[in-house]
Amino acid sequence: MNAMGTPSARKILSAIFVGACGLSVVLALVPLAFILFFVVSQGIRSLNLDFFLHNPKPVGEVGGGMANAIVGTLMLTGIAAALAIPVGILSGVYLSEYRGSRFASLVRFAADTLNGVPSIVVGVFAYGVIVLPLGHFSTLAGGFALGIMMIPIIARTTEELLLLVPHALREGALALGATRARAVFTVIIPAALPGIITGVVLALARIAGETAPLLFTSFNNAFFSTSLMQPISSITVQVFTYAISPYEDWHRQAWAGALVLVSIVLICSMAARIAAARVSRARVGVR
Amino acid sequence: MRSTDLGFRVGIGVFAAALLLIVAGIGLTLANDSSLSLQRFGLDFWRTSNWDPVAGEFGALPFIWGTLYSSLLALLIATPVALGIAVFISELCPQMLRAPLIFLTELLAAIPSIVYGLWGIFVLVPAVRAAEAALPDAVRSLPFFSGPPFGVGMLAAALILAVMVVPFTSAVAREVLKTVPMTQREAAYALGATRFEAIRAAMFYARTGIIGAMMLGFGRALGETMAVTMVIGNNPQVSLSLFAPQYTMAAVIANEFTEAANALYLSALIEIGLVLFVITLLVNVLSRGLIWSMARQMPSRAVA
Repeated sequence: MNAMGTPSARKILSAIFVGACGLSVVLALVPLAFILFFVVSQGIRSLNLDFFLHNPKPVGEVGGGMANAIVGTLMLTGIAAALAIPVGILSGVYLSEYRGSRFASLVRFAADTLNGVPSIVVGVFAYGVIVLPLGHFSTLAGGFALGIMMIPIIARTTEELLLLVPHALREGALALGATRARAVFTVIIPAALPGIITGVVLALARIAGETAPLLFTSFNNAFFSTSLMQPISSITVQVFTYAISPYEDWHRQAWAGALVLVSIVLICSMAARIAAARVSRARVGVR
Repeated sequence: MRSTDLGFRVGIGVFAAALLLIVAGIGLTLANDSSLSLQRFGLDFWRTSNWDPVAGEFGALPFIWGTLYSSLLALLIATPVALGIAVFISELCPQMLRAPLIFLTELLAAIPSIVYGLWGIFVLVPAVRAAEAALPDAVRSLPFFSGPPFGVGMLAAALILAVMVVPFTSAVAREVLKTVPMTQREAAYALGATRFEAIRAAMFYARTGIIGAMMLGFGRALGETMAVTMVIGNNPQVSLSLFAPQYTMAAVIANEFTEAANALYLSALIEIGLVLFVITLLVNVLSRGLIWSMARQMPSRAVA
């Protein structure tokens, strides 16, 4: 206690500390405000109906849009979801049902590890296992890379939400003679379903904004394509191409693309927040 | 155990095992696809700094330097801010503000990297260039600030990385602070501690987890690709200068992968990916270990 100085000095130090903590919140929110301001103000000026309905124009021609890239992003996230939702949810069920087992801790560890693997590395992996054997870039490879990134997010979210389901529900089902599988699929998962869906939506929003794993898997395509075996355009890769180009009109379109990406994220996070609030309120009501 | 229950366990266990397979698969695939470069260059790959694909010279030292330097700078900038936010949200702010502040910091993490990069190119880089040019000559003669002010370079990359890392570190630090028993703070207050002293006591109690949170942020920064690629200047050189355009491991893969014209070039890039994978793996394992050991000490909230 002797090193703390006079009481007044300690109080001043404490006040400075509290002030510094408040300041750090401001420091983090300033860039957020800046980014949102620029994306919205620059994006709104450039966003029009053409953006959604037309494909990119050749270099030098003003106008055009990202219709092909929007379809591409939808297809890529669709493939990712088809891969990651079953694998993610079922491994999440395993993690929560057999949480004490050594295998479960190993899988949990793998999920957290995979969550920390840089997205660009996942891209290199997808290149190695899909692009190289097939011999060309494809929608499939891009969707695969995104799916790999999505699996651990869904697995861990599912696990957490299943653990929140009251024990009485499980015991009731088992007491009625249900098998474990039946108890899980007809009682426990439905009880946690709203939360799981929220988690999946958030994961989809995050995946839709990924660029790095697509650069050399789904690559890019100047034309409209819905083929699984051909390279395909995506909003993120298109924004990257436009952003580093020297053309004014392409910069304009990059901002419009960024606005679409940020809107997806914003809408999904807000919807998830509202849904989560509703679910927790309902749960309190049950108790 | 009933046989149907065993079947269920094995059935979903297969999907859980997929996660293990993927992690192992990433390591093996990358190691296999980079064997050409691994055999040809050995350790020299990471000791030399001449990157000239046309001449067949591949020295990756500048990339590992750029990755570590930029992430370290980001860690230095982000940690105080992230801890400040964590303390503010979990210890200081009124209940009403808590949920909105958590939402806003999470939003910072949810904004796509490419949007950060776009903002970086058109807003941050010009601002950094102006700030660099405005520095007095006396400061500019220091090694940290040498060279012409391009705007693109290490400083812009470190700043944008710091912004991107803050929400991760602060979220984990917040969780860690939550596990500190209330009695710790109450005891400090009972001894006459000021707010700062009580919180310092809580943070000291949670130090293992807080170091874990910092490392988790560091791990994020190491692998961040798009935003850094767009502002760091993409020039392979080892320099202390914050003004110098440099390069990172993730950025060189992103930029040159589709241009790699021969097998050796491609394999060299995949080797960079392999090493990035191993480094981030180690950092993540270490940080998770710290956070877990912290959570396990806690009697009340065993599940973190």
